[in-house]
Amino acid sequence: MSAPTSALRTGRDPYHLGHGPSTGAPEYTGHGAGGPAPKRIVVGYGFWIFILSDVVLFSCFFAAYTVLIHARNGGPGPEIFDLRNTAEETACLLLSSFCCGLASLAVGRRSLLWTEVALAVTGLFGLMFIMLEVHEFTGLVARGDGPTHSAFLTAFFTLVGCHGVHVTAGLLWLGTMMAQFPAKGFKESIRHRYLCFSLFWHALDIIWIGIFTVVYLIGRTTP
Amino acid sequence: MSTNPEEFEFGSHIGEERVAGAPPHGPPSLRAELRGYIIGLVLAAVLTAASFWSLDEHVIYAPGIVMALIVLGLAQVGVHLVFFLHLTTAPDNTNNALALAFGVLIVSLIFFGSIWVMYHMNANMIPTKTLMQMRGG
Repeated sequence: MSAPTSALRTGRDPYHLGHGPSTGAPEYTGHGAGGPAPKRIVVGYGFWIFILSDVVLFSCFFAAYTVLIHARNGGPGPEIFDLRNTAEETACLLLSSFCCGLASLAVGRRSLLWTEVALAVTGLFGLMFIMLEVHEFTGLVARGDGPTHSAFLTAFFTLVGCHGVHVTAGLLWLGTMMAQFPAKGFKESIRHRYLCFSLFWHALDIIWIGIFTVVYLIGRTTP
Repeated sequence: MSTNPEEFEFGSHIGEERVAGAPPHGPPSLRAELRGYIIGLVLAAVLTAASFWSLDEHVIYAPGIVMALIVLGLAQVGVHLVFFLHLTTAPDNTNNALALAFGVLIVSLIFFGSIWVMYHMNANMIPTKTLMQMRGG
């Protein structure tokens, strides 16, 4: 009889080195004991790493904006931004993120109808956000304050535009998910895909918090 | 919407624990999960409103506005992480929390490092006029 088994049998295993799922302990402890983590945990972790790398990408654009905020080439500063538009964009994205959370509740309960409804509302709010952003960008360019005017405006359009591109890509992904749930059902691979989408969508809202705080609000306080 | 506990699988969160503070084992009720999202929405909305409101110079001592905005922004990020992404300190979430900590380190180095370096470079730069005189003379 091997040593770990006998230790288990006699109950002398104070640090639970030999326990597995059958001992009544949690199946996965996060310490390597009890076998590999379930696939959903691994998928979520992998996508979380991608999201963090995306956040690092955005941090470079945030740094560029903050450093270049005075490099205006005789042009305007952050006072040209319409904060009302920003507040509306913020509300759209927050509600969109909330509806995405509701959709994951529906996915967890295998309700196709509620999943599709919640995803549709999520997408509508996302679409409204993009339209508000396009409206803002075209307004600025029409007034001659396009990205080519100064380093400050270049940094602004790059940072906010990059976020907008992410939201647009997210909307395409959302449409794909809305088609795949009815077509393929709530099977594991589709649910994991949805998990990644929802992480992406919530993360975009977190980036937006940084944008409206740094670009619009702190920008407004900068002389 | 009924749930078979065997089949139950969580949606948009990276760890096992679904609702902040709720017991980690067994599928949580729809009511509890919904409450988590609604608390998150209300907190995020209140903090966002406070951010926009604090821009009014009559509300906050003017030199403190930037610091207030930073604190409110960080609080909002925290609310999103806890109530929407369900980042917890549960064992299966330890890796996610550690990855986040590393991400925060890199982001801080890039962001505050850039500001720090560029501020000092600007401060120590010879003005263009002086540079031209030096070249001419």
